[in-house]
Amino acid sequence: MDLQQWTLKDVVEALRRGQVSSVEITRAYLARIEALEPHIHAFLHLDPEGALRRAAEADRLRTQAEDPTSLPPLLGVPIAVKDVLTVRGMPCTCGSRILEDFVPPYNATAVQRLLDAGVIVVGKTNTDEFAMGSSTENSAYGPTYNPWDPSRVPGGSSGGSAAAVAARMVPAALGTDTGGSVRQPASFCGVTGLKPTYGRISRFGLVAYGSSLDTVGTLTLTAADAALLFPLMAGFDPRDATSMRQPVPTITLPDEPDLRGLRIGVPQEYFREGLQPEVAQAVRQAIEHLAHLGAEVVDISLPHTPYAVPVYYIIAPSEASANLARYDGIRYGPRVEGETMWDIFYKTRGRLFGPEVKRRIMLGTYALSAGYYDAYYAKAQKVRTLFRQDFEKAFQRVDLIAAPVAPSTAFPIGTKTQDPLSMYLEDIFTLPANLAGVPGIAFPVGFDHQGLPIGMQLMAPPFEEPRLLAVAHAYQMTTDWHTRVPRFASQGAVGSTP
Amino acid sequence: MLSREEVLHIAHLARLELAEEEIEAYRKQLSSILEYFARLQEVDTEGIPPTASVLPPRTVLRRDEPRPGLSRKDLLANAPDVVDGQFRVPPVLGPSP
Repeated sequence: MDLQQWTLKDVVEALRRGQVSSVEITRAYLARIEALEPHIHAFLHLDPEGALRRAAEADRLRTQAEDPTSLPPLLGVPIAVKDVLTVRGMPCTCGSRILEDFVPPYNATAVQRLLDAGVIVVGKTNTDEFAMGSSTENSAYGPTYNPWDPSRVPGGSSGGSAAAVAARMVPAALGTDTGGSVRQPASFCGVTGLKPTYGRISRFGLVAYGSSLDTVGTLTLTAADAALLFPLMAGFDPRDATSMRQPVPTITLPDEPDLRGLRIGVPQEYFREGLQPEVAQAVRQAIEHLAHLGAEVVDISLPHTPYAVPVYYIIAPSEASANLARYDGIRYGPRVEGETMWDIFYKTRGRLFGPEVKRRIMLGTYALSAGYYDAYYAKAQKVRTLFRQDFEKAFQRVDLIAAPVAPSTAFPIGTKTQDPLSMYLEDIFTLPANLAGVPGIAFPVGFDHQGLPIGMQLMAPPFEEPRLLAVAHAYQMTTDWHTRVPRFASQGAVGSTP
Repeated sequence: MLSREEVLHIAHLARLELAEEEIEAYRKQLSSILEYFARLQEVDTEGIPPTASVLPPRTVLRRDEPRPGLSRKDLLANAPDVVDGQFRVPPVLGPSP
């Protein structure tokens, strides 16, 4: 079975038609994981025995079903979950030593809803520690390597999920996006990443980082695949007071790639200095392609874009400094012993948090501290309002916004770790959607001269995920960038050594 | 530029023990980050309300009814030190640093 061209939709349909069993498909993906994982390091935890056991159960359920239409829609489909979302009985480290031995006793709501739909979780994917990073290099358990070029980062913080999907180790994976952590690794790994509207998918069971920004999203090969997962997870959850009651739409993807009547805005601020020329060119060509499919393209302005980095890197670390106060060596995680309880706090937190997490906790603590609150935190919250107004004004004129995802393609491992500010600046194009709470989707629109994928993102008004998915689908119906397989991963096909 | 004392004060507020070499590294890094952030002061925010959440303001109410929660066994399963079904810590009373 050659899984390299199999999408999630292909897997679902092959299972439904009885062309493959869940055990066969799960075994085939596990074989790819076994062959490629030593070179990619996409996973922090794998459960092959449990996955095969559940696959056998799924197959039994399918053969015994009197009415096949009553079966759960994703029955027997293997997926991976970013290690900041809880899966009952599986370790949840968040890429941190401070949760090294933590095994959560409950499922995140997003995970539970997919389990109810029949999926099999094969493992937990690598992440920057507590999702703080743009390269997965901040994982305490070592970086993930980009399947397109293992000397480069996969992006982050959902780098493990993006790399696993790009290398066809799983047909889909969950990620999270607080400042671009689904879209940027999707861009760097040449896959499709959906970041939903803030409040659309419950965060219960998502380990909190920046609570006014955190969202749960998907990494898949296509927009059509994202359209399978998203509606199953979306919707109100009594366990998350920020989850919204808006009804969950049924997503109908168009049969024809016809974008007539659609207005797409192109923000000029995203095409200025610092953008790799090949990225600008590929994104402009992709926008022309959408115009060719019938969309009307207009120039717009999102004037506060240049301030995205300071606004986000004040607000998110401030929220993180409060959220991460809970890691104290008392209730969960390892403890560094001390003479007094205070000693335990200082030592456990000082020694088991990694350098970037401590940096952000201190940045946030400073921004919230007496004497600096107004100049930093309160100011950033006001400028955040201006970001929301930028988007509100833009969406009065256009249905969607198209822009690059990141200023460059995947950068070499180790080039930005010594200069935190240079790493923060990588996020400039993804942060605004989180600040405004709007949904976005990233997908591949070309490759640079080094063979590295280039991504484009579309952003929509709140709760317009169906529009994002339909337009990305129209693009993918008429292009083939999303079908390219990294050479590294194809060499690593089952039975051969990369 | 942040001083060494300011870095130690922030670390104290955040309950983080820092190794000697970390103090100087964070002093430099946090200083350059905060220097970059100073550009926010260019933005005119006169009369602009702050955004704490992008969600519409609303009241979330539910009936206060008992529901099953996690068991004590599950809750204690991840704790580093447990005695008699409870978390064990060194004496809490006493001088704080």
